[in-house]
Amino acid sequence: MNWTAIRAIYVFEMARFFRTFLQSLISPVISTSLYFVVFGAAIGSRIDEIDGVSYGAFIVPGLIMLTVMTQAISNASFGIYFPKFIGTIYELLSAPVSFFEIVLGYVGAAATKALFIGIIILITSFFFVSIDIQHPIAMFAFLVLTCISFSLFGFIIGIWARNFEQLQLVPLLIVTPLVFLGGSFYSITMLPPVWQTISMFNPVVYLVSGFRWAFFGIEDVPVITSLFAIGLFSGLCLFAVYWIFKTGWRIRQ
Amino acid sequence: MPPILDIIDLRKSYAGGFEALKGVSLQIERGEIIALLGPNGAGKTTLISTVCGITSATSGQVLVGGHDINTSFRAARSMIGLVPQEVALEPFETVINTVKFSQGLFGKKRDLAAIEKILKQLSLFDKRNSQLKELSGGMKRRVLIAKALAHEPRVLFLDEPTAGVDVELRKDMWDIVADLKADGVTIILTTHYIEEAEAIADRVGIIANGELLLVEDKTTLMAQMGKKQLEVQLTAPLSVIPKGLANYDLTLAPSGDALIYTYDTKSERTGITQLLNDVAKAGLSLRDLVTRQSSLEDIFVTLVKEDAA
Repeated sequence: MNWTAIRAIYVFEMARFFRTFLQSLISPVISTSLYFVVFGAAIGSRIDEIDGVSYGAFIVPGLIMLTVMTQAISNASFGIYFPKFIGTIYELLSAPVSFFEIVLGYVGAAATKALFIGIIILITSFFFVSIDIQHPIAMFAFLVLTCISFSLFGFIIGIWARNFEQLQLVPLLIVTPLVFLGGSFYSITMLPPVWQTISMFNPVVYLVSGFRWAFFGIEDVPVITSLFAIGLFSGLCLFAVYWIFKTGWRIRQ
Repeated sequence: MPPILDIIDLRKSYAGGFEALKGVSLQIERGEIIALLGPNGAGKTTLISTVCGITSATSGQVLVGGHDINTSFRAARSMIGLVPQEVALEPFETVINTVKFSQGLFGKKRDLAAIEKILKQLSLFDKRNSQLKELSGGMKRRVLIAKALAHEPRVLFLDEPTAGVDVELRKDMWDIVADLKADGVTIILTTHYIEEAEAIADRVGIIANGELLLVEDKTTLMAQMGKKQLEVQLTAPLSVIPKGLANYDLTLAPSGDALIYTYDTKSERTGITQLLNDVAKAGLSLRDLVTRQSSLEDIFVTLVKEDAA
């Protein structure tokens, strides 16, 4: 294992994050605060408690998931798309590194950034609502797994994308709707039965449910199912990345 | 000692059926500088990209220092540095960080002293903390070289290193190449500039249509294929070549004040002494003698034309 190379990629990618540190920090804090004002204060005041949890607190796990997923995807997809776009990918392809090492570097950095932002949002939410995290270790584990799996997914999008429009396509057209419809801001038990059944096909439901269980001990689907879902998603992404590097799809002629 | 780079029957075909490399074989010895000449689309960059792992070969084998580029890719690639044709750099990164990245990516432990030495050698040390977007085109090319050298490769590929750079920088590049050669680095460069190959290469390879037409020692090539001309400038112009000189392959300059004698440098006797005697016998008076040797460019143009015919 070429740890020096993994470290080099990781440090280089993190440097991009720290170059725009203030931007990276302020933007999630502002958007989270806006969500709290709109959903928590304006709408939440008209919604009763859900399973004994105030609406303001209830949306915290979903809010973190929403940002973490989109940040992980955008960081990882941009991280690998940018070298493709400006041509510096030649260096990665000619370096004595395996596909696994490249993925570890890029996905590791993207996941770290997403995790960092997830924690910032959690801290921000403490200013708006009181939260008592019931299973902190499980909460952290779910957060880390989500960061990693969605960074993997973002990496695949970055390899697949041929232009900036395509880079935005999947996050905008697929991920954002799935997250919004995945029970981030409501419990799916609040939906009519037909929509409850349809929601079961949305993988985000399992992630948000598991994450919310870690916070409040309440769940839309059993936590073990959530774990299985996130494991399956990570496995599929890992396999796709393995195939990409094996075949050189869209990176090696 | 085995060659540092051994390319064996390398072929590359694309999905559309286009054959970019048609069975290229080439052995390169340690410490030599080889220039690959060829027109656009000849396959020079494909050859380099395939050896470096950017493009996958359809068939054939490449060994770098005895290591197969597929089965022992780590050992093979650690020995290689690549300076690409296109200037591709992360615009917002600083010079020093991008060089540090390359050093780490190629598995070499952080060695700031080595980086400092490279940056100084390339006159980049003063610019080490500048963002890459602030640098001139020539400086960016130097950064690409610094990145390629950061892990101290034994084989350096320079893909058209002086394309679009000014004369001064081109000369600087040649000096850098000479320094690297002195350090024992093997250099493979592609170029459009024949004068570049003539100035710095030990051997010259000519590629056209995905085939290596020839690889030859530069001086041997010039001697073998180079025709030399002797221009006998006369004090008074002639209208016809005198009869006494009819046995020689002479042409009269359009102005009539010079006789041009074309001869082969590889033949044992060039016939110059006899010619000059006969010129004197013909009663011609000489003003000056000039010799001209055909350049690598002439040879190159002839070969590529022959291949296309």
